[in-house]
Amino acid sequence: MNGMNRLRFQIQILYTILTNGYVYGFLSGKIYRGKLKYACVPGLNCYSCPGAIAACPIGALQALLNQNGFHIPFAVLGFFFLFGSLLGRAVCGWLCPFGLAQDLLHRIPFFRKRKRLPFHRILKYGKYVVLVLLVCVGSMFLFGGFAKVPAFCKYLCPSGTLLGALPLISANELLRSQIGGLFFWKFGILVFLLLLSVKVYRPFCQYLCPLGAVYGWFNRFSLVQIRWEEEACTSCGACQRACPVDLSVQEISRSPECIRCGRCVDACPTNCLHAAVRHRKKE
Amino acid sequence: MRFWKNKRLPLWLWGVLAGGFCFFMGFLQGQFSVVWQKAAMICLECIGIG
Repeated sequence: MNGMNRLRFQIQILYTILTNGYVYGFLSGKIYRGKLKYACVPGLNCYSCPGAIAACPIGALQALLNQNGFHIPFAVLGFFFLFGSLLGRAVCGWLCPFGLAQDLLHRIPFFRKRKRLPFHRILKYGKYVVLVLLVCVGSMFLFGGFAKVPAFCKYLCPSGTLLGALPLISANELLRSQIGGLFFWKFGILVFLLLLSVKVYRPFCQYLCPLGAVYGWFNRFSLVQIRWEEEACTSCGACQRACPVDLSVQEISRSPECIRCGRCVDACPTNCLHAAVRHRKKE
Repeated sequence: MRFWKNKRLPLWLWGVLAGGFCFFMGFLQGQFSVVWQKAAMICLECIGIG
């Protein structure tokens, strides 16, 4: 691991500890209830994690859509615009705890590694389907009894199972006594995705994450970019070989799939790729 | 006037301003309280027993 990638790994670890730093919660099987939970963290970090000190943006979005009547979820859109405009999908690469878990598993030296799944060109739209059908439509129209249901959290979110369910259930006897079929469904999804991420790079981020779908829209114009100096480029292809999601040099940074991991920057022999803040082109 | 004609805000800054506007609207509608109420309770759906 070199340069930017090492820095990224250190920031991922530090950020995950910082935003899940309510140690008492892990010991007692309860969650933090302070005022920081009025705000959302940028990454997919379940607010039912005993250590979480702030809210999950996707969970918060569903909570607002679960209200009676339709309200534009301004509060969460504010976080999306703020984090997206500044960082784009750098949030996924640098600040997401579930992304970190997948990164760590992908380093296990079993199997021949794959960057993508077969049918990637179709499957990559899965995250948009999840965003529209589960997060938005599901939260507005799916009822469990008389209350609306946060469909993504309930039926899919592996971050909720990993960061929320497992620590809570292991520390809280009452919750442990209530687990049933739904828990095992979600646990199965988690295990499947974690095993898959040993072979394929970040399968949840590439194919299912609704938060990645949202931040991907900002990639083209976000403040933080990977800048490409075309004049210095020798088209050697080292960046594409290093890119964990197999983007060409023209696609790096602009593509909704780029998570700004910086491996291309480290791999470039002519230093024509830089992590940079957006600048206006000279006329 | 020439200053304003020649200076166009970059798109990311428009995004940040839109975010600020959304925060303001969300605050007016009390949406942050809804977020807190959800985030400060154990979410049974999230942990798979709801």
